[in-house]
Amino acid sequence: MTSPTAPGGASATVAPILRLRGIGKVFFGNSVLRGIDLDVRPGEVHALVGENGAGKSTLMKIIAGVHQPDAGSMELDGAPATFASPLAAQLAGVSTVFQEFNLLPERTVAENVYLGREPRRFGIVDVRRMARDTDALLADLGLHGLASWMRVGSLSVAEQQIVEIVKAVSYDARIISMDEPTAALADQEVELLYALVQQLRDRGVAILYVSHRLKEIFDLCDTITVLKDGDLVLTTATADITPDRLVRTMVGREFAGYYPDKDPGTVPGAVKLALSDAGNTQVDGIDLEVRAGEIVALAGLQGSGRTEIAHGVFGVAPFTRGTVLLDGEPVTVASAREAVRLGIALVTEDRKAEGLALEQSISANARLVLDAVTPRSSDRRARAIPGILSSLDLVSRSKDAEVQYLSGGNQQKVVLAKWLVTDPSVIVLDEPTRGIDVGAKRAVYDLMRTLTARGVAILLISSELPEVVAMADRILVMRDGRLAGELPAGSDEEAVMALATGAGDTSEHVEVDLSALDVPVGSTVRPPRPAHSDTLQEEK
Amino acid sequence: MSTAVSTASPRAGSVTSGPRRRRLGSTGIVYLALVGILAVSAGLVAAQGGSFFSQGNLFYLLSQTSLLGFVAIGQTFVILCKSLDLSVGYVVAWSSLVAATTMAGDPSRIWLGVVAALAVAAGVGLVNGLVISKLRVNSFIATLGVGLIIKGYLDTQYKGPSGEIPKAFQGFGYTRIGPVPVSVIVLAVVMVLGVVLLTRTRPGYHMFAVGGNIDVARLSGIRTDRSIILAHVLCSLCAGVAGLLIAARFGTGNALVYTYGYDLNSIAAVVLGGTLLMGGRGSILGTIAGVLILASLDTVFNVLDVSPFFKDVLRGAIIIAAVAMYARRQIDPASSRARFRALGRSVGPGSGPDGGGPGSASPTSTTGKEATR
Repeated sequence: MTSPTAPGGASATVAPILRLRGIGKVFFGNSVLRGIDLDVRPGEVHALVGENGAGKSTLMKIIAGVHQPDAGSMELDGAPATFASPLAAQLAGVSTVFQEFNLLPERTVAENVYLGREPRRFGIVDVRRMARDTDALLADLGLHGLASWMRVGSLSVAEQQIVEIVKAVSYDARIISMDEPTAALADQEVELLYALVQQLRDRGVAILYVSHRLKEIFDLCDTITVLKDGDLVLTTATADITPDRLVRTMVGREFAGYYPDKDPGTVPGAVKLALSDAGNTQVDGIDLEVRAGEIVALAGLQGSGRTEIAHGVFGVAPFTRGTVLLDGEPVTVASAREAVRLGIALVTEDRKAEGLALEQSISANARLVLDAVTPRSSDRRARAIPGILSSLDLVSRSKDAEVQYLSGGNQQKVVLAKWLVTDPSVIVLDEPTRGIDVGAKRAVYDLMRTLTARGVAILLISSELPEVVAMADRILVMRDGRLAGELPAGSDEEAVMALATGAGDTSEHVEVDLSALDVPVGSTVRPPRPAHSDTLQEEK
Repeated sequence: MSTAVSTASPRAGSVTSGPRRRRLGSTGIVYLALVGILAVSAGLVAAQGGSFFSQGNLFYLLSQTSLLGFVAIGQTFVILCKSLDLSVGYVVAWSSLVAATTMAGDPSRIWLGVVAALAVAAGVGLVNGLVISKLRVNSFIATLGVGLIIKGYLDTQYKGPSGEIPKAFQGFGYTRIGPVPVSVIVLAVVMVLGVVLLTRTRPGYHMFAVGGNIDVARLSGIRTDRSIILAHVLCSLCAGVAGLLIAARFGTGNALVYTYGYDLNSIAAVVLGGTLLMGGRGSILGTIAGVLILASLDTVFNVLDVSPFFKDVLRGAIIIAAVAMYARRQIDPASSRARFRALGRSVGPGSGPDGGGPGSASPTSTTGKEATR
């Protein structure tokens, strides 16, 4: 359709590092990519967007050397290039940070960065040089909080991602592609990544950036390429397109409001689930109520205890203090099994690890809970599954397909079906839209509205603030394992963030002041780091 | 925005080299357990009016250690690679027979016997490694099968003890330098070589990578098959050395050595030593501690004259208890909670890339978390 127009900004005049012409790929007779022309220029952050199944991942894998194209040509610095393996691509300066990390959790940062090419002296691994080089690399990128000796498994998800990027930089990568790098990050961690991406761009590295989050595409990217059903439909400078138009281009249809409005007929009923002063080793003093037909959001930073509340309610890590009331009756939920029996459902944060049996079929997964908890009636109740799946618009050729081959959005629909068939009255959704495309997101939101109209109580845990603000009737904000406060529907995102980070607390400001003092190495005083917003203001 | 990286991080940088770097690793824990068991043993023996640390007891302990030690060091390599070797017992038996029959009592054939025994052992390891890496047979099945094949061969070929070890080589089994048996010195040498291999050479690094995540290893350009084969060859070689030692002690080769349980005992020692059965983490020093723990138990049971059946019950219980303890440490909620707190508190809406890293976490969080898993 549209021929690739010259990207905006200073980069327009620069010759591309990577030039793809007419790239096509066929899997099992299905053409998944056709005639892709893509130019990636140094110092450019180039967004690759499209719904799941549009071909972004395949294109990334071709660039990474995981797949070989069936048609078309690739040029690196004007010379024809073919990457037989990811390693070959990496050695040529094209690195890829996949969603599944290529890191060894039991090894240190340095051992991971130099894996497979450890520096040697007289045949012996030069441990000191490896550490020195890694630390130099970290320092060069301004990553003073990370050190070469740290065990990767002890780092946060965001930090592990950064280690991946550092590894790419250590290969002198001139193109780094990132596949949904923020999918598993909380909002405040996203900022870390932004900063690093911008720093790399300023050094002339080209970044190919796949994301579902419109906000970060517009914040971060210079150029946007839209894929749809295997075709490249648009390449444009970010400045030349609006978010609305981008969404329309991606889904190819008008989007009547990203978030479905609440049906005026849905009014919160009796209290379904109530926690009073609930706590365990992870969270403390939790008081909350969710009414029938109500969506209550739990917002907060990663690690603030949101998932831990879900685990408490669902009996995975039961509360050891306080009381849990279900329909006004005190209950003890000591295991997930009891929770299911009581009509509670938990859609977990990590659908691949905790939500699905990846090697099994759609129908087997949808029956998982029924078979386990109510084996005698499961055949009868499973008859509802086809109806539920089609009401969720699950797109799949066969119900016998292994779920590992489904897109993220379709996988999530299978997880939802698995729970809906148990007919729960309380549903806890932990990051239900993470890493799924806009179409599937919309389906999840619609489902939430339908369920609440039927009187189901929903506890929504989410790091996507727009989603929290648009969908919830009330917003509870967590901080440090406790509830920091409650906000009404439609509160602005800044208010949620302020509560989540404690930015409004005077005590935090005292700590910020303390941290401005210089503390010598090895001192026992360890001041907390300043909150970022404050620092920026000081800088200005 | 572009200032974010440079602004928020320097404070944390100043503490990364602090005292938390010195933490008690899992190997440290294993040695603590060893000291505990030695103390309890000494107490029990003293209560009966004896001395656990008498020359005789120590010698018994060390000779127990050296035999299982060789096998367990070898087993460490394969378990690190997420593999397993159930054929070690048969390799020990076979190499003892090869050594004894080759030497045939002739001192001039000692070296020939040593080389032949080790070559046979290495050959078995090579076969194990090839079957696992090239034929993609699960290591449990592959080494079980190879072990059975060797067993069948030994049972038909050698009825009773065979061959004769010359007096000069029997010294390997009995001689001491001061209070230390020569076999323990050889074990120490093998141990040092193993430690250097694992912590200072590429092949060693790559074994950790293969065991940790074989896909990551492959994507990093590591020839994973080679790592697995090398680990199995080294494992069988170590079993071969154990076979030489046992032949030297008996003065002859004996097929029945495979009934001594080196296969499962060596795996128990490796796991007791803190190496993950799932691969990717572990150390030879830990394994040695595991062997010492098992040998101390044997010694104290002997001194206290515990019935052999009850001995096994106790040994099994202790192994399970120890591994259950390690597993508990891995899921200790308190340690991860401490880390969450540090993270939630220190990270603003977009602080530096150090967000919640060990460098900035509270002291408890790092020690707790890093020692686990």
